[in-house]
Amino acid sequence: MTTAENAPAVDPVTPVLTKRWLSPKSWQLGTYEQLEGYTALRKALTGTPEQLVQLVKNAGLRGRGGAGFPAGVKWSFMPPNEDKPHYLVINADEGEPGTCKDIPLMMADPHSLIEGCVIAAYAMRSHHCFIYVRGEVPHCIRRLNAAVREATAAGYLGADILGSGFDLRITVHAGAGAYICGEETALLDSLEGRRGQPRLKPPFPAASGLYAAPTTVNNVETIASVPFIVNGGADWFRTMGSERSPGPKIYSVSGHVERPGQYEAPLGTTLRQLLELCGGMKDDIPLKFWTPGGSSTPMFTAEHLDVPLDFEGAVEAGSILGTTAVMVFNETVSVPWAVMKWTEFYEHESCGKCTPCREGTYWLAGILQRMVAGKGTESDIDTLLDICDNVLGRSFCALGDGAVSPIQSGIKYFRDEFLALCDQNKAPAPALAGAH
Amino acid sequence: MTDLSTGATYGGSSVGAGETHAAAGPDVDVVAVSAVSAEQTRALTVPSTPDLSVFGADIVVKAADLIARYPQSRSALLPMLHLVQSVEGFVSQAGIQFCANQLSLSNAEVSAVATFYTMYKRKPCGEHLVSVCTNTLCAVLGGDSIYQKLQEHLSEDGAPLKHEDTSGTPGEPGSITLEHAECLAACDLGPVLQVNYEFYDNQTVESAVELVDALRRGEKPAPTRGAPLSDLRTVELELAGFYPEDEAGYRAIIDGPSAAVETLRGAQLAADRGWTAPTMPETAPALPEVEKK
Repeated sequence: MTTAENAPAVDPVTPVLTKRWLSPKSWQLGTYEQLEGYTALRKALTGTPEQLVQLVKNAGLRGRGGAGFPAGVKWSFMPPNEDKPHYLVINADEGEPGTCKDIPLMMADPHSLIEGCVIAAYAMRSHHCFIYVRGEVPHCIRRLNAAVREATAAGYLGADILGSGFDLRITVHAGAGAYICGEETALLDSLEGRRGQPRLKPPFPAASGLYAAPTTVNNVETIASVPFIVNGGADWFRTMGSERSPGPKIYSVSGHVERPGQYEAPLGTTLRQLLELCGGMKDDIPLKFWTPGGSSTPMFTAEHLDVPLDFEGAVEAGSILGTTAVMVFNETVSVPWAVMKWTEFYEHESCGKCTPCREGTYWLAGILQRMVAGKGTESDIDTLLDICDNVLGRSFCALGDGAVSPIQSGIKYFRDEFLALCDQNKAPAPALAGAH
Repeated sequence: MTDLSTGATYGGSSVGAGETHAAAGPDVDVVAVSAVSAEQTRALTVPSTPDLSVFGADIVVKAADLIARYPQSRSALLPMLHLVQSVEGFVSQAGIQFCANQLSLSNAEVSAVATFYTMYKRKPCGEHLVSVCTNTLCAVLGGDSIYQKLQEHLSEDGAPLKHEDTSGTPGEPGSITLEHAECLAACDLGPVLQVNYEFYDNQTVESAVELVDALRRGEKPAPTRGAPLSDLRTVELELAGFYPEDEAGYRAIIDGPSAAVETLRGAQLAADRGWTAPTMPETAPALPEVEKK
């Protein structure tokens, strides 16, 4: 027998990042310290930056912001010299439709992010870290500011942190309402006081990021995982999830389920398991479609209940994992209407820099509006798919790719519903929410 | 300056002169660009010197404070636009000029930024800003109905309010600016709306109407999550990075409620069922050895 077979089964819910959330005043330093807060920092500061990068590589921690890039590898791209200042930037511009994990994390446990920032900054020889938070969440921003203030007063931030000789400043920066600033280079432009429009890559931020200096941009959940990896070790982290997608992950379940909420479970958990945790479909109305990780990830249907929701599993089934924002829709919802609403979102949030995305989202939204209004034709479906082909992979950044996901996947699984909206195919059908 | 004829100001273009391609007829498949009135054209083209006196010495000090927080001054622009919005309730031409002066930028550079972001409002706002999420998930759970109802309910002349319209006199107590918002990252609590960006979760048409009526009466119902409700300008000052200086006032806004039942569901379920993450080793394992470079 191998050790893997001897290993005890992992529980369906594995609170790591979310565990402290249950404690009263979990956001205060006193609570955090009582619950092992800042113990990982003390340990990290006894090692070298290279050791910490190696630890995160060994743990296999992958970016939690949607792309899933290995965090340790990203960190290792930072140059070893300090000819220019190094910057660590935290992407807390959570705005992908369906995604709601970073905001509660920063409200409930801001110190876990701060501790992660100090460790990550030490590992990347950065002395100034920025947390870029979307502007529409002032309560999050208050909590982060208070946490920075408390941590500075306690010596976890500032000059000569815990006597290590390492200095770090953290600046909490409020955005001003632009989904595109979740794209890392657009975020950097925004942080420099410009319109948030993406930059050409390469050069990647590690070579030329904020103020053209070496920069790493990481998601909140990624960085908040780091203190646990330091305390538990890479092997512990890998007891959850799969070989290539290890660790726990916050699944945000929303929509037509009995008990929507945040469920932290090992990567690879399926929708069937998540539905069991959240009490099943609301009022027992059957599932129609769902997203594994936000509106930019191609939708799934009831066929996909057993797809393991990790980075590989979602791709093999024709989607991507994204942010594990699981939006669940029941049979009362019209797919073309939902797709239209999402497309209107992308049209609004397209930054206008590149033509395929700016024009594509405009025309896609217009055609979908026409179809939902009952004035579509069958050729509209071909036109939609044709425009999608001209946006996907041809836009400057991933916003364009995300914009076509709902349309392509919606037509793939529910072409009949689009056809039913066309003039010549109108048949008496049950009224669906939104399809008037 | 003598009477400027409209249209002459853009090198002879006919912008604002009345005839637009809307005249092409309703069956033409283009969205008609609305005609700019003569008055608006004048406002856009006649140079004016905005009155900056509204930004007092204290605001100048705050602006300098913001600049000092960043390695490069221009990074202070987004917080500074929040700062000017906290003074006037919107970003006026004077606000643009103020930021440009502080940061040695041109007005055009500041305007380009201010117009890019949805949180910077270009016309005066009410005491409160009510933002209703109408992205797909909230919409299907009732967000669209809530927005539609508020558009009608807050109307003063029978015509439904449009996006960013204000009910009441902007800035006066009880005035409300209404907008529809994109995803507010509270999907497990949908449908959500925000007042001055504080969360009111799991709303219904009735609760939303009750909420705006209370706001119009001058009441400040507590948000589901967040600090006690203040007003848009106060929140904008916080977004710029300025908080109450007295400790009690500061703690009061920090310690407001934040964890909804939904937020805690997974953790609570695990606690109830005795589920945990695998136990960490007793002592933290040693950091991996790496070759010395």
